[in-house]
Amino acid sequence: MTWFKYLKKMYHLIFFLTLIGCSLGLLFGRFLGPRVVSVITTSFVAIVALLSILSVNLVGMEGAPVYVKLMPWITSELLVVNWALQFDSLTVVMLVVVTVVSTLVHLYSISYMSADPHSIRFMSYLSLFTFFMIVLVTGDNYLQLFVGWEGVGLASYLLINFWYTRYQANKSAMKAMIVNRVGDVGVVLGMLSLFYICRSIDFATVFSSIPLIRLENSSYTLINIGDFYFDAITLISIFFLIGAVGKSAQIGLHTWLPDAMEGPTPVSALIHAATMVTAGVFLIIRSSLIFEYAPEALIVVTFVGALTAFFAATTGVLQNDIKKVIAYSTCSQLGYMIFVCGLSSYNTSLFHLANHAFFKALLFLGAGAIIHSLHDEQDMRRMGALVKLLPFTYTIMLIGSLSLMGFPFLTGFYSKDLILEIAYGKFTLSANFAYWLGTISAFFTSFYSFRLIYMTFLAKPNESLPILNNVHEAPILMVIPFVILAFGSIFIGYITKDMFVGFGTDFWNNAIFILPQNYTAIDAEFLPYYIKLIPVICSLFGATVAFILYRYFTRFAYDLQFDFPNVHRFLNQKWYFDAVYNEFIAQKFMYFGYNISFKTLDRGFVELFGPYGIVQAIGSVATRVSGLQTGLIYHYSFIFIFALTVLLFILFGAVILNTPSSFGTLLLPAESIIDLRLALIFLFTLFV
Amino acid sequence: MEHKLFALILFVIGLWGIFLNRKNVIIILMSIELILLAVNYMFVISGLYLDDISGEIFALNILTVAAGESAIGLAILVVYYRVRGIISIDFINRLKG
Repeated sequence: MTWFKYLKKMYHLIFFLTLIGCSLGLLFGRFLGPRVVSVITTSFVAIVALLSILSVNLVGMEGAPVYVKLMPWITSELLVVNWALQFDSLTVVMLVVVTVVSTLVHLYSISYMSADPHSIRFMSYLSLFTFFMIVLVTGDNYLQLFVGWEGVGLASYLLINFWYTRYQANKSAMKAMIVNRVGDVGVVLGMLSLFYICRSIDFATVFSSIPLIRLENSSYTLINIGDFYFDAITLISIFFLIGAVGKSAQIGLHTWLPDAMEGPTPVSALIHAATMVTAGVFLIIRSSLIFEYAPEALIVVTFVGALTAFFAATTGVLQNDIKKVIAYSTCSQLGYMIFVCGLSSYNTSLFHLANHAFFKALLFLGAGAIIHSLHDEQDMRRMGALVKLLPFTYTIMLIGSLSLMGFPFLTGFYSKDLILEIAYGKFTLSANFAYWLGTISAFFTSFYSFRLIYMTFLAKPNESLPILNNVHEAPILMVIPFVILAFGSIFIGYITKDMFVGFGTDFWNNAIFILPQNYTAIDAEFLPYYIKLIPVICSLFGATVAFILYRYFTRFAYDLQFDFPNVHRFLNQKWYFDAVYNEFIAQKFMYFGYNISFKTLDRGFVELFGPYGIVQAIGSVATRVSGLQTGLIYHYSFIFIFALTVLLFILFGAVILNTPSSFGTLLLPAESIIDLRLALIFLFTLFV
Repeated sequence: MEHKLFALILFVIGLWGIFLNRKNVIIILMSIELILLAVNYMFVISGLYLDDISGEIFALNILTVAAGESAIGLAILVVYYRVRGIISIDFINRLKG
């Protein structure tokens, strides 16, 4: 077992390799050239992916969680935070998902971005993104998690804004950053509350003390905001939920996600499939123990997730941008992941997360291939008939869509159906709510998936002839990720089902905690078969409806939007979320920001008392002081003698006047004489 | 006591001589001599009053220093006059930084 001692190095390598790749690309990219940088970053991420798979074997299968302490970070009385790597089952699963998808996206980007002069920067940012995601999932405390959390926010900003000369890209990147900031505040508040009641933000400490705090049930477990007292654990859970809502684009803070489509397509794939949006779900799964002891918070989680799943699925139905359809699909699937967390089935959530990563990456990369071959055309109304020209892309898009809609025995089927079964098997109001919304969403999911397939590949051609003449299949570097992801989209669910959600699986060790009374897998298992069939039937029905509607009733489908203009507008305009936000929040804040914080505070108050005012004051004071220097001897001597007299009087005034009682206090120690001199000079300044 | 007051008045006259004089540097030298004389007078009187010889000795010391000082001051004055051709104080404002 001599190789055993290198294992620790392996975990270091997983952590640092992507950072090294990124730094090499950013610092020395101009010397190395785009090809070398591409090879370096891609191969580094690929190595990390291989090591991650190895770590799944070691940590997950063989049940040996690893803890590597790198260095102390913050040591301040009670607050002790280390840079440390914690590899438990949850971490390694996330690692594999992140790094495998990231590797394939890297590979894909080499070809996709080859014509771009900034491809070096692009590859480096991709690696940076992956690195921060690894920081996020490997953290052993909430602060390190938060570093990764903010890091992926930064990386997403950089990548969405990659084509920074485009006005829309700027806006979208800022939107992503700002909307995420709202969620980040939630995470910070949750972290602070956690420190307030547990006096620690290490996972190990927190998770061992939360059950005790729940048992104690005294005023100590309350947190007051103003005059209102909240149960601490519920409050923390809600705060973390707010964070997840921001990062995982749940209803309310989802608006950044569709706009993030302004970035290059590989970025969309990376953000949507593996890295950024899974962070929120990961946070909830990681904090499963806290959530389990906050049943009220779980209900909120369920409602938020179910609403998101439904809202995003309905919105996706009437989007015309191919990437936006898939983006709303992501949003919807994240809703599934969140609400199944609310039903205490965290492993199912993670299962869906992993599966979703494969087919969503496939869909996005496929969409990228279509967009590429159509010369950056993203509007589905201007596509069609590509099945003859892009049979391979058609195949992979079909596989991805079928997997997404939960076609039996594809990857998506195993997790999505299980989620709905668990929702039905919970027998509570919120679970029922989630079940029906989820099932209806399944209908819409397959509807828009097949609408996408039909409009893009099967409809009559709507492209212009020059574009159609130049349509080409994806090059080999883009095909390799397709093939791998397509296999993943077909088989991963079946292969890993028992490991993730099998009954009594010991894969999770202590990484995921489910309170025994919340455990619903058994109820879900013994549901009547027709209940289990409802989601599948819904999905197939949706797909059939979409196909028939667009195949045989094209005119009718076209007329529908004029028959129900309000419905069409409502869904096409994304439930008016953006409009309402702009009207009632963004504009108010812009007004406030310009008039109050910019004009009054920054340019007014701060400048007057800050740099500008100080410069002015120094100028006038200096003029006065230099006015003292007349160059005339009798002025100097007068000041000299006068100051000396005053000084002597202050020092020896008591002796001279022989009244120690009244002047005794004025006998000053030597240290304060210096101040007196300064005071004298100041006085002179005023008088002269 | 009157002697002390006399010395003090002499001293203050010397000081004011320095401040209020707008004419020439010689008056400053004279004022300084006056101040020194006032101090000398104070020393001598205090020596007598306290019956201590060191007051007179110190006065003698100060006399020598004062002689040296006025010699140097006059020498500077002569040189200055040679260079600038004037000894009016209002024009000696080159001390400005």
